[in-house]
Amino acid sequence: MARFRFPRPALFAGSGKRSSVLLGLSPLLGGVLDPQGPAASGNAQILLNAVAIMMAIVAPTIVATMVFGWWFRASNKRATYLPNWDYSGRLELIVWGIPLLVVLFLSGVTWIGSHDLDPARPIASPTRPIEVRVVSLDWKWLFIYPEEGVASVNEIALPAGRPAHFSLTSGTVMNGFFVPQLGGMIATMNGMVTQLNLQADRPGDYYGQSTQFSGGGFSDMHFLLRALPPTSFAQWVEDARKSTKILDEDAYLAMAREKAAAPRALYGSIDKALFENIAARRLLVETPETE
Amino acid sequence: MFGKLTWAAIPWDQPIPLFAGAFVVVAALAVLLWIGVKGYFPYLWNEWITSVDHKRIGVMYVLLGLVMLLRGFVDAVMMRTQQAVAYQAPGYLPPHHYDQIFSAHGTIMIFFAAMPIVIGLMNFVVPLQLGARDVAFPTLNSTGFWLTASGALLVNISLVVGEFAQTGWLPYPPLSELPYSPGVGVDYYLWALLISGVGTLMTGINFVTTILKIRAPGMSYMRMSMFCWTALASNMLIVAAFPILTATLIMIVLDRYLGFHFFTNDGGGNMAMFVNLIWAWGHPEVYILVLPAFGVFSEVISTFSGKPLFGYRSMVIATLGICIISFVVWLHHFFTMGAGGDVNAVFGIATSIIAVVTGVKIYNWLFTMYGGRIRYNTPMLWSLGFLVTFVVGGMTGVLLAVPPADFALHNSLFVIAHFHNVIIGGVLFAAFAGVTFWFPKAFGFRLHEGWGVAVFWFTTIGFYVTFFPLYVAGLLGMTRRLQHFDVAAWRPWVLIASAGVAISALGMICQIVQLVVSIRRRAELLDPTGDPWNGRSLEWATASPPPVFNFAFLPQVNDQEPYWAIKQRAIETQHLAAVGEYLPIEMPRNSATGFLTSFFATLTGFGLIWHIWWMVIAGLVAAYAGFVWFAWRDEDEYEIPASEVQRLDGERRRAREEWLAREGNLGGVA
Amino acid sequence: MTATAILTPSEGAALAIHGAPGHGEGGPASKFVVVSYGFWIFLLSDIVMFAGFFAAHAVLQNAIDGGPAGSALFHRNTVALETACLLLSSFACGLSWAGASARRMAWTQSALFVTGLLGAGFLALEAREFAEMIGAGAGPQRSAFLSSFFALVGCHGAHVSVGLLWLATMMAQLRIKGFRAQIQRRLLCFNLFWHMLDIVWVAIFTLVYLLGGAR
Repeated sequence: MARFRFPRPALFAGSGKRSSVLLGLSPLLGGVLDPQGPAASGNAQILLNAVAIMMAIVAPTIVATMVFGWWFRASNKRATYLPNWDYSGRLELIVWGIPLLVVLFLSGVTWIGSHDLDPARPIASPTRPIEVRVVSLDWKWLFIYPEEGVASVNEIALPAGRPAHFSLTSGTVMNGFFVPQLGGMIATMNGMVTQLNLQADRPGDYYGQSTQFSGGGFSDMHFLLRALPPTSFAQWVEDARKSTKILDEDAYLAMAREKAAAPRALYGSIDKALFENIAARRLLVETPETE
Repeated sequence: MFGKLTWAAIPWDQPIPLFAGAFVVVAALAVLLWIGVKGYFPYLWNEWITSVDHKRIGVMYVLLGLVMLLRGFVDAVMMRTQQAVAYQAPGYLPPHHYDQIFSAHGTIMIFFAAMPIVIGLMNFVVPLQLGARDVAFPTLNSTGFWLTASGALLVNISLVVGEFAQTGWLPYPPLSELPYSPGVGVDYYLWALLISGVGTLMTGINFVTTILKIRAPGMSYMRMSMFCWTALASNMLIVAAFPILTATLIMIVLDRYLGFHFFTNDGGGNMAMFVNLIWAWGHPEVYILVLPAFGVFSEVISTFSGKPLFGYRSMVIATLGICIISFVVWLHHFFTMGAGGDVNAVFGIATSIIAVVTGVKIYNWLFTMYGGRIRYNTPMLWSLGFLVTFVVGGMTGVLLAVPPADFALHNSLFVIAHFHNVIIGGVLFAAFAGVTFWFPKAFGFRLHEGWGVAVFWFTTIGFYVTFFPLYVAGLLGMTRRLQHFDVAAWRPWVLIASAGVAISALGMICQIVQLVVSIRRRAELLDPTGDPWNGRSLEWATASPPPVFNFAFLPQVNDQEPYWAIKQRAIETQHLAAVGEYLPIEMPRNSATGFLTSFFATLTGFGLIWHIWWMVIAGLVAAYAGFVWFAWRDEDEYEIPASEVQRLDGERRRAREEWLAREGNLGGVA
Repeated sequence: MTATAILTPSEGAALAIHGAPGHGEGGPASKFVVVSYGFWIFLLSDIVMFAGFFAAHAVLQNAIDGGPAGSALFHRNTVALETACLLLSSFACGLSWAGASARRMAWTQSALFVTGLLGAGFLALEAREFAEMIGAGAGPQRSAFLSSFFALVGCHGAHVSVGLLWLATMMAQLRIKGFRAQIQRRLLCFNLFWHMLDIVWVAIFTLVYLLGGAR
């Protein structure tokens, strides 16, 4: 059973061996460099690769700046003065060539990475992904499980090791869905549905939040993502089903119109067409006379 | 009578904005009173407010920018201190106030600090470097400045009358639409930017025409200084990009005022279109700021290394390359909106191509230093600080242009750290370098060197201590614009960043001290020759400060570094170039059009914000009347008699004769 | 390094009179060139602004939100009449420039008057079209498509209105002050402006009315 650490990020999540390996990086644990799933691992890997590729050119440049600046200071009589030296074809070739080669290489990484790690691309796995519908509201997150027939606010439970497919929209303004340790940030927009595929490799509690400023209560717009062992997940669904709260259009509109953060909550039954109606703008939160 | 405006619009219950506003009002009144008592109003009116001299306008632009920089910096201090105390606590700024502060900070820093300083430097320097007497349209230039000031004024009025936007510096809908932002905050933002945007567009048109059409005889394109090239590229970007901003803001205005449905949730509006449109302007805007900064560094590094700029042609190609590519990368600001792998990859790769041309520039500056005799005056210190800082900022920028990396970092403090890294390390360092470099040209005396060095170190160290922790906080998943937070791992980094802001504040104080000390000790910092740094381009060929007509004779240019060539020739022959016969010079007359039009534009804007329709109509009619009044003027120019031209030029020549005598004794500089 | 000389003032003055092209060799261009060049740049920027509204219309043309589409709203005859007004107005404007070049006051003024009259006719037709649409419940508040339509066509109409104000002011000025160099330059700028509005209208006619009316 995962230790509950919310609202702190899942520091030192995962096995003890992994933690000791990462101990050198411990100040960076809990963030995007401490990935806990394939999407986040891919993102972090590309991030580190890109830095490494660029450091090959950036570090010598910084050193050269300092060396040139120091050696050619006016007071250094040993430095040669070339008052008219302003062109060298060979150097020009290098000046254009090196950045071009680096960027060419990086472009390859970009091209491959953009496709492999496209948030809409399903995660390769023998198991079928669990479906989650996400609606961002002022200022809370609504998560709908169409297959399980339950819903939750500000808390997502996922079976660890099984991919999850998210369809996301917004009932009000634009937001960004992001769990730093699982990767794959994606925007939520009214009238549009974005797609995201994530997987938590190991059980744990992960901090999630909105990344797109959405108004006065934005700072409270974080949620808990709980990756659970399969049995615990089934238990979570059972617990949710026991909730007497019903998520229908009226409940949704009442929740959406209340511009405030909300405590975590579970809904035992849902209106199956709710998400599609929200996404198709059939349930407008703002009334025409809102001013 | 006063639309939505009531006494309740003044934040009586919020002590911070109230006291800040009261302080500004009292300070402004005190300054006005002092001016009145001293009898400086006629001087101010005749020599500055109605002046159409590009040098005066340039100085006013820079002054406006520096004052607004201070205002924006105060916002920054409040944001950093709020986050420092808001760990599992509400802090001292409620969201309503905090959200206004970060929105105002971004808006002010980009539109009313960085833009005016950059445009001010271009205004002051470009005509001098081109060997021109003035810009193409002097009165338009004055109008552009005053419209910018008008926008700045509206933003600052919002501090005490009503509120400012709480939507960030780019008002993403539907948050900025009426149902979610019913107050006047977004309206202040919209009208301030629409008005100042017209001013900026005027500047763009003016400078493209100036650079392309009124250069000195012989100044072919490939003889223009690098700063003029970057100014040309920057102004072409203004002409091509600012109308997009205007159109986009008009669409939100229509949505908010007339119930249109461009970006609303209802009626079929499309907010993704806003994001595309605003960044179609917003990304070129970055290069509008940074290209002139590159120009400043090109001038400074070449001058203080005592060498021509290395790879001039490459630099020109790189500048124009950036100019064009900057229009095809806008989507990298929203990789997370789900455009798909192909689109994201194409825009990511296009973005990294900008790194190639920027890299070329960096190397060319390096090779300009190579084989030089580098004098470490303050402008050169800023340039070296820029080279080191900017490559880091560039690297993190390319990193963010790799879509999968962006999926982990978008809208995090990493992004904040990145763009402060390039805007402070690039634009602000260039602004300080440029101001120090050209200050003696503008006022006839140099800025105090010791205090300048102090500004450099405090600002640079302050920057590193503030923003490098924010890179880490971003990697830890901390998002931007948080009014409070609960994650313990972020806290140490946020606290270090606050300490960094304190160091930067010392830099700001040194900046003011430097100015005061320099003015008091101007006698010993005097520059009688007009060429304090042993410069290479034409602005150093005239007196400091230059006469209103800039050059007694239009220089004949035969070389890429015209003034350097003139000096070399003088040293070779031991004679200054012979003077011809002095002739009278026609210069444009002063005009109050810019000031009056902008005054009425401010009234119109204020009326629109508060729905005071009579004020809107009165303002528009008055602005039109002012325009017609200007158009009816019979005499646009006045004549400076030949004797006056001779007198002004004679002083400089005497100082140059002395210089030549010294150089002759030393056996030449080369 | 090449030797550098200073141009004597008389040489400089000679160049200014003959109107150097501004390409660098001859020094600053003449005021006539500078003014019209600057105005061209302004027109380009104005076209960029129109492009913004065109883009918005392209994105939103199917966002009718259950309201009427273009085919139900546009009357091809009205639009054809509007187009004729504007094109003829442009032609009259061109005649006024010929008159101004020949410094013939009556010719110039009457051509400018016809220009303005046809421009006003265009505006009246457009106002009637807008009023009818709004009266039929197809105003800009109805749908995003109509918002983009009214904004784009209205932006053009606003340009025409400002042009008429400019025209009237300039006719008065021309009458009082006669053919000065300064006024000649302004007449040229007005001509450029008026023809630009024509070009924009042709794009609106094609993209909004013809293609949009078929939808």
